Amino acid sequence: MSAAPADREGRWAWRLTRFMTVCVYIFMFAPILATIVLSFNASRFGGFPMTGFSLHWYGVLWQNAAVVTAFKASLWIALVTAVVTTIVGVLTALALVRFDFRGKEALGTLVILPALVPETILGVGLLILIKSIDQPRTLTILILGHILLALPYVVLIAQARMISVRRVYEEAAMSMGASRFATFREVTLPLLVPAVAAGALLAFTISFDNTSASLFWRPAGVETMPTQILAMLKTSISPEVNALGTVMIVMTVGIPLLGGAIASALTHLNRRKSREDAR
Amino acid sequence: MATRPADIRPTRGWRLYDPRLAWLLLAPATLLIVCFLILPILVMAVYTFFTFITAGVEQSTPTLANWHEFLTDPYYHGFLFKTLRVGVVTSLICGVVGYFPAYFIWSTEFKHKWLLLLLLIVPFWISFTIRTFSWIHILGEEGLINVALLRLGLIDQPLQMLYTEGAVIMGMVHFLLPYMILNVYVSLENIDRTLISAARSMGCTNAQAFREVTLPLSLPGLAAGLLLCFVLAAGSYVTPQILGSGRDALFGNLIYDTIMGQLNWPMGATLSIVLFLVLGSVAALYTRYMGMSQIVKGLGG
Repeated sequence: MSAAPADREGRWAWRLTRFMTVCVYIFMFAPILATIVLSFNASRFGGFPMTGFSLHWYGVLWQNAAVVTAFKASLWIALVTAVVTTIVGVLTALALVRFDFRGKEALGTLVILPALVPETILGVGLLILIKSIDQPRTLTILILGHILLALPYVVLIAQARMISVRRVYEEAAMSMGASRFATFREVTLPLLVPAVAAGALLAFTISFDNTSASLFWRPAGVETMPTQILAMLKTSISPEVNALGTVMIVMTVGIPLLGGAIASALTHLNRRKSREDAR
Repeated sequence: MATRPADIRPTRGWRLYDPRLAWLLLAPATLLIVCFLILPILVMAVYTFFTFITAGVEQSTPTLANWHEFLTDPYYHGFLFKTLRVGVVTSLICGVVGYFPAYFIWSTEFKHKWLLLLLLIVPFWISFTIRTFSWIHILGEEGLINVALLRLGLIDQPLQMLYTEGAVIMGMVHFLLPYMILNVYVSLENIDRTLISAARSMGCTNAQAFREVTLPLSLPGLAAGLLLCFVLAAGSYVTPQILGSGRDALFGNLIYDTIMGQLNWPMGATLSIVLFLVLGSVAALYTRYMGMSQIVKGLGG
């Protein structure tokens, strides 16, 4: 299928498309690059122009106890969220793909609802519920809230993968006497690994990054990384915030990329190994 | 399913695909959604009829005062209209601007197409707060544009670009564009390319083939993207908080201030329910005509 249009109108349209695409990519990454560049600024102020290269602000950041505490809090919250959401999400997807029961359609919609209701409303709603039964805001509630927010995405990813895993494999294992659990562990789960990994990673990011709902749900005195950044922005934009932003970008972009690279290298290696074994 | 092996005997009275087992598997997710989504919204709806006494204190005496206040005070209507306007403008900009890259990625013969797609997903990994505040470096008084223009001598006073409605819309477009592009891209990918070849072979120019075949067939994705962008933009409050001035506050900020600032819970509940109903009816209107499947596809990326 030829993409290079032959006619004149088409040629101009294609040029415009290419130009707009370049613009959109610049638009998406220019501000982020500016933040990274400015984090190495020697100046006391957070903006342009650059006055010199320095790692000073990374040192300052490292000394900032509030930031380190918030970072640890977010890390734990995101880890727990990722693990629990992945388990619950895979079980949900299993039920929605493999089973037939009344109300399946409705449940499928119910499960993606948290992704469609604005976070502000979810935030206020849960807060009012807690208040109406005189419960304090706790870390558990915050984490359960994050699980709620991440669940639709994990279910959708697991569902998409599960559909492509044919049920005859599982039925074959069971007909040969494997128990349900053994079948799941030995057959279904290994086939679901890519979806499980992708879902866990996404749940981690969603939780680690969550701002709007966390502002409502966090217990008194607890700051997560995004709420801490928001608090730091209230005074002024300091080079320290830029350094913090850069650290987070390197982490959140680097980890998935590294994970993906390792995974593809491993499959490559495995394939080569099995090819050699075949010989 | 027709080939279900007969020799898989029920274990302890449970059939192979027993609905009871399905419900057991679904229990955690259902419980969570009922307790943390359905129940809160119901309680919130009840709360709109509570009486506000003073900051943080309310009584369960039923009253229509909150609804009366919302319906009669133009202050609230102004917020609602501005929020809807910002949402519509944002999603339209996303639709127009986002269609180009989606189309480009779909039709390019560039070898490293995956890289273009990956770059669309990378922003999802970068903290939303960081992506938003990074605009301060572009639009602010010490931002890239102002510093460059001052150095070039084109202006002698920094331009006020930050803390305006334009900056808020820009920040939202920045955060929503990947959703839009991926939605349109997914629907383009579902087009049977032989249809376009057929149109071309019957004498259509490329432009005609685009107008008559590609564009109409990609509309479901565009529509899903528009809905998603509108709902996310109209429900947001962090972007206006970082990039807007007090005047650019949206409905979400109003809710946040009412609850966290004034501690007026009944009014906060009322405003939340209003936003929920408004956005919900837009979404319901959409699903009525387009169905849910496209949104599911878009979310799944």
